[in-house]
Amino acid sequence: MHDKNVAELSAGLKNGDFSSEELTRVYLNRIESLDKDLNSFISVTAEQALAAARIADQQYKSGTAGPLTGIPIAQKDIFCIQGVRTSCGSKMLANFIAPYDATVVTRLNEAGMVMLGKTNMDEFAMGSSNENSFYGAVKNPWDLLAVPGGSSGGSASAVAAQLAPVATGTDTGGSIRQPASLCGITGLKPTYGRVSRYGMIAFASSLDQGGPMARSAEDAAMLLNAMAGFDHHDSTSVDREVPDYTGNLDQSIEGLRIGIPAEFFAEGLDDGVASVIQAALQEYEKMGASLVDISLPNSGLSIPTYYVVAMAECSSNLSRFDGVRFGHRCEDPVDLEDLYKRSRGEGFGAEVKRRIMIGTYALSAGYYDAYYLKAQQLRHLISDDYKKAFEQVDVIMGPTAPSVAFDIGEKSDDPVSMYLSDIYTIAVNLAGLPGMSIPAGFVDNRPVGLQIIGNYFDESRLLNIAHQFQCETNWHKQVPPGYE
Amino acid sequence: MSLDADEVARIAHLAGLAIDEADIPEYTTNLSNILELVEQMSSVDTAGIEPMAHPLELPQRLREDKVTETDQRELFQKCAPKVERGLYLVPQVIE
Repeated sequence: MHDKNVAELSAGLKNGDFSSEELTRVYLNRIESLDKDLNSFISVTAEQALAAARIADQQYKSGTAGPLTGIPIAQKDIFCIQGVRTSCGSKMLANFIAPYDATVVTRLNEAGMVMLGKTNMDEFAMGSSNENSFYGAVKNPWDLLAVPGGSSGGSASAVAAQLAPVATGTDTGGSIRQPASLCGITGLKPTYGRVSRYGMIAFASSLDQGGPMARSAEDAAMLLNAMAGFDHHDSTSVDREVPDYTGNLDQSIEGLRIGIPAEFFAEGLDDGVASVIQAALQEYEKMGASLVDISLPNSGLSIPTYYVVAMAECSSNLSRFDGVRFGHRCEDPVDLEDLYKRSRGEGFGAEVKRRIMIGTYALSAGYYDAYYLKAQQLRHLISDDYKKAFEQVDVIMGPTAPSVAFDIGEKSDDPVSMYLSDIYTIAVNLAGLPGMSIPAGFVDNRPVGLQIIGNYFDESRLLNIAHQFQCETNWHKQVPPGYE
Repeated sequence: MSLDADEVARIAHLAGLAIDEADIPEYTTNLSNILELVEQMSSVDTAGIEPMAHPLELPQRLREDKVTETDQRELFQKCAPKVERGLYLVPQVIE
């Protein structure tokens, strides 16, 4: 059962070929037997899952089931779920039982989905390898020596290993697309404001966006249908109609203009990855698309700009962790300052502390203009590059990451080299655009992702373009050996 | 841009973080490297460019000024490490 896509699972449940309870047990058993190696889950919520599955089975009997009713899902442990530990990959929240549901969770519950558990992640979503989790590194099912990418590495690893048919992720600088690329799955970061951030623990509020992680564009489209939409609880949520994202999947892409930014194929891109991407682009040409050379001249500045914006916002967002209202509290504080400093010093890991410190520095008196204001100005230039490009082309394509999955430990001592692995994904967050990663091939038996970037609110078109590729190729159907 | 150990200690203080003395050299190196990466921003003249605070450049939405939240003090205090009679406890602040 676990090798079926969401539409097939949905049909099977509807026809009574199997029940949601049976389906849920299949996945819970797979997690039980296979996740010891992968460490993709922080918590498994078996009892709640089986209870939800039984309710879903009732809904099929009473004829009130929808397309996602009874389909299991893994939730990134950044989404608050009432009564369930929500750790955000941190020691700080090791005992935090969320008092309310994130809007994404409410929506997926309303759709009848069955949550299997909460997936591992880089602490507070800060990282590109999932090594920054208090709950241990996640392994890539394609090669247990390799990282799965981050920060949604647990979700990516779980979906790739078929421990869950779909999962949620969040993407602040590539945290859905890069792990999707490294684990050989399909991931979509929607337009900023498309999916509610309410109850999604904040890292950098002007960049964070939740989205679906799945084994195909079709599955991702079904999940996005349930996730997207206006939410008055999120002040940056956009009040705009949500189309049926499965509606355009079969449309022809004849005549599609694909922008190829020179900057995405310059120095720093692995040769093997470059060949895989070129082959994927040729496939699109065969399907009737045309390739147009474009330039995103300020791309080189996106890494420094992104890290200043993200770290400044994180230092502000994470100031809420004070050892008083929730989260870790140090033993026997001598005074208030000691309570704050030791609770935070003990509760946060090294990378989170580094980012809070850089952010604090960038916002401090005398440095604000040189860092934060400057970064916001550059953000404008970077965003304008994309606006100009979309006057010429319908979508932009290139690699998702400069290399395939690297080895665990390879970059963990050098934060700057880790940051450089986000080079192709972060400008998309700065501009607020939607972006996807889909499997396009392999280098040394490790997956390569093709990135597709669209104009604002063009998720439907991205999914259509991705689905058409997946009708012509089998890369998305590959399963890591041992996880068939 | 390179930081020294005193500056790192000062930033940690501003950030409300206790840092082990032994870890300061490593933070000094790492934070200096990050700031060096960030220095690339100064290569571009941005005079007169409007700063971008919101990716869609939309204004914040306003709502009617009426109470919509209910009192959930007990529920929310359940996740607090130390409460007594509905109050959050902190070390004594006023002598």
